[in-house]
Amino acid sequence: MRFTHLIWGNLRRKKTRTVLTLLSIVVAFVLFGFLSAIKQALTGGVSLEGANRLIVRHKVSIIQLLPVDYKRRMEKIPGVAAVTHQTWFGGIYQDPKNFFMQNPVIPDEFLDMHPEVVLPADRRQAWLQTRTGAIVGRKTADRFHWKVGDKVPIQSTIWSKKDGTFLWEFDVVGIYDGRDKNTDTTAMFFRYDYFDEARRGGTGQVGWYTVRVKDSAQAAQVAKLVDAEFENSSYETKTEAEGAFVQAWAKQIGDIALITASILGAVFFTILLVTGNTISQSVRERTGELGVLKAIGFTNVQMLALVLAESCLLTVLGGMIGLGVAWLLTSRGDPTGGLLPLFFFPAREVLVGLGFSAALGLVTGFFPALQAMRLRVADSLRRI
Amino acid sequence: MAGPINWFSQIAAVTKFGLLSMPQRLGSVAAATFGIGGVVAVLVGVLSIAAGFRRAMAASGSPDDALVLRSGADSEMVSGFMRDSTRIIADAPGVARTPGGPLASAELFVIINLPKISTGTDVNVPLRGVERPALLVRDGLKIVQGRMFEWGKDEVIVGIGAAREFDGLKVGDQLKVGRYFWPVVGIFSAGGGTAESEIWSDATVLQAAYHRGDSFQSVFVKLKSAEAFNEFKDALTTDPRLTAQVFRQTDYYAQHSASVTTLITTLGYLIAFLMAIGAAFGALNTMYSSVSARTREIATLRALGFGSGAVVVSVMLESIALALFGGVLGAGLSYVAFNGFHTATMNWQSFSQVTFALAVTPQLLTQGVVWATLIGAIGGLLPAIRAARQPIAAALREL
Amino acid sequence: MNETNTGNGALVDVSGVEKVFHRGSEDIQVLKDLHLQVPAGEFLALMGPSGSGKSTLLNLIGGLDHPTRGSVTVAGERIDQLSDRRLAAWRARHVGFVFQLYNLLPVLTAERNVELPLLLTRLSKSERRRHVETALEAVGLTNRAKHYPRQLSGGEQQRVGIARGIVTDPTLLLCDEPTGDLDRRAGDEILSLLQALNREHGKTIIMVTHDPHASARASRTVYLNKGQLTREQKD
Repeated sequence: MRFTHLIWGNLRRKKTRTVLTLLSIVVAFVLFGFLSAIKQALTGGVSLEGANRLIVRHKVSIIQLLPVDYKRRMEKIPGVAAVTHQTWFGGIYQDPKNFFMQNPVIPDEFLDMHPEVVLPADRRQAWLQTRTGAIVGRKTADRFHWKVGDKVPIQSTIWSKKDGTFLWEFDVVGIYDGRDKNTDTTAMFFRYDYFDEARRGGTGQVGWYTVRVKDSAQAAQVAKLVDAEFENSSYETKTEAEGAFVQAWAKQIGDIALITASILGAVFFTILLVTGNTISQSVRERTGELGVLKAIGFTNVQMLALVLAESCLLTVLGGMIGLGVAWLLTSRGDPTGGLLPLFFFPAREVLVGLGFSAALGLVTGFFPALQAMRLRVADSLRRI
Repeated sequence: MAGPINWFSQIAAVTKFGLLSMPQRLGSVAAATFGIGGVVAVLVGVLSIAAGFRRAMAASGSPDDALVLRSGADSEMVSGFMRDSTRIIADAPGVARTPGGPLASAELFVIINLPKISTGTDVNVPLRGVERPALLVRDGLKIVQGRMFEWGKDEVIVGIGAAREFDGLKVGDQLKVGRYFWPVVGIFSAGGGTAESEIWSDATVLQAAYHRGDSFQSVFVKLKSAEAFNEFKDALTTDPRLTAQVFRQTDYYAQHSASVTTLITTLGYLIAFLMAIGAAFGALNTMYSSVSARTREIATLRALGFGSGAVVVSVMLESIALALFGGVLGAGLSYVAFNGFHTATMNWQSFSQVTFALAVTPQLLTQGVVWATLIGAIGGLLPAIRAARQPIAAALREL
Repeated sequence: MNETNTGNGALVDVSGVEKVFHRGSEDIQVLKDLHLQVPAGEFLALMGPSGSGKSTLLNLIGGLDHPTRGSVTVAGERIDQLSDRRLAAWRARHVGFVFQLYNLLPVLTAERNVELPLLLTRLSKSERRRHVETALEAVGLTNRAKHYPRQLSGGEQQRVGIARGIVTDPTLLLCDEPTGDLDRRAGDEILSLLQALNREHGKTIIMVTHDPHASARASRTVYLNKGQLTREQKD
């Protein structure tokens, strides 16, 4: 604390240069926050509950359906606590650009399987009593200004009704919220019994199953048992943990982690150069002053610490501002209008960012600090 | 002291001094140059992904190719036609004909899971069942290794992109389709289009394997000419026996690549814009330090009669020169590193993989250089003005 | 004036000191077999032509450098044997420096500049403040405490430099051409200040100078030529 004036004063020497360097650092960390949010949006859809859940789908491909009576057979497998299913409806609301998921489910089973979906008890009751009822996530409801009681028309691209038309209508009976920050609240869920009875073709077939295991440590074993149960049948299954399923889905896009890491690498390399240059310039200009400090009695270690404190102060300050701005910008949600529903800057990544800013300070200050430390007092004083 | 030649020589002199003093300021020069180079490399690199993807989609069809789907389907996967419907489509006016029959191929489109070599995890790979005219309907299709599959047999040929990106698709490998094993007998190329990401087999064979009866999902057609499209489309949409929608293949693929390319392009520009701001600050820094290092020099020149205008232009030229150097470096680096890099990603709209090569196009390179120049100009402007406005006497005294 | 003082109460005892600088392949001998004793309370002037080694001698006495041979003892301590780290601590406690170009930190106010040496001590904030006030009062700059160096004249800046030099109440005050950059009037003020510090407060001062007016104010002058003490010469 006593050295505050010294450290702060040195940064104020060439104000323009300090401010410009600071701004470069701020920008780098805004990017950091932004890329973290993108990475989160593409790979982070795994919830805590997901540790207990398995996804069972058709082995050959996700677009193929499974028989509905597989449920009965899976419930008998040891280690299985509960089984329920969902099906891809592929619907459009007014415009294909308004993309969100709508799946037929069995209401009770679905809500029990997904406790991160928060629906008031009376809404659950209403859903059980309304055959054409549907619950909608808060994000989508807000987006289209839907309220309980609204009738919503959805055009399915896959499923036609028995009369040959593709237009389905649902009643909004409830709006659900997500319990966790990364719970998707864009999807709509309606009743499977209504769907199965009204659809033309595909009766008795469902898209995929979700299985809750009794003990998450046994998840891998139960998965194997499920697949073994249906091996060599006409509809073979592939079962995997929900987390793995989500990650694999993101990996289809590409190695997101690698791409974001590479871009960040390029950005930080640049910042390193800019900041490093500023600090070393600043040290070089101050040889005389540094010599005086040494003459007065500052030890080598103190000189080292002084320069490192300056560089760290600069980078951490810039880092905090940048991360703060990134937080504000990302809190406004998805910038692509629907393609990245879970868009936010995870708190854990904020801490990582702060760590980086400190590391940046140490790295950029290192060589200049060594220079300051090794300064021969007599030489530097004579130079003046 | 008038005359443009005089002015130019002034600029040249001031600039020369600036360039000569550069070795002393190497640190900040390098920082600005590499900073701008980095921006250009990232911008061009990320946008080359979108450009390559778009190019693969665009190469997938020519204006005289048409595609027919069921009404209301937004992709092949959710479309469906019975055999008779496909015959009606094949016989419609506007379709090119050969002695063997109309150039129309009724096709099936399904997805199978295969491991992607680069990530090791499973991805959705398109498996297409085609009819004989398919090879003529699509332009530029060539078998480059092995042979074409035999009609009626459980055999497949694999697109060159798919063979490269997904595991187990070399000639001689056995592809597991459900409970069956089908040998891969050949590899084909298709002018860089999406067909190269696909696995092909005989439609009837695929129908049997997937219990599809005698139904198809789409019909690919070669028209007599690009202008015949309207005739073809009108005939089908007014036919009461059909519920169909007709696309030019080029339009269909353009539409289908829209969301992915938009996403990548938007993100690419956002990232590059932020980086550019950072680089601009770096450039400003460099130019300010350059100007302050040469305060006395510039003041001397001005005392001798060199105009302020010449000083401003010279400082900006120096900044732009540095930025251009960095920009060209960055563009060059990105070309070498990214152009032609083969990869694959998921097309949301068809839920399946599209293999493509990153394309560092001349437009992108130009864009990169333009950005670099802009950054250089911005970075040089304020310092240039400051250099020109400094009171000469004070500057001469400065140590 | 005595050239040598053989009394055992010498505060500074330089004995048989040699200093050689290596410049590439050349060896330059700046000081040769030097003996010097400085009693406590003396105001000593070191004079000589440029290149005679006077600044080098000052640096050795001040613990800024090590002799190639010989010993330097200050207040009974062999400082030539101390490591760099111990020397730093030693300097902080025992030596105050005053430089020709003041060497103030431009980013700090006058009082913060004076406070610098105190940051290395264990004194509390209020104690440091008191020392600074005392030092500034001694040099007559209390009302300029919050000014920055660029707002002060040359003479005022040097006075801040002196205040900084005495703020820790050091054993020795070493001045390297303190009036070299000042005009006659300001220079005289500085010399009067130094004299007052010596006479009224008993501070031991060693001053390097090439200005006879400055050395006239000292209680003793020694001459250096080509690295050796020569006989004193009266003009």
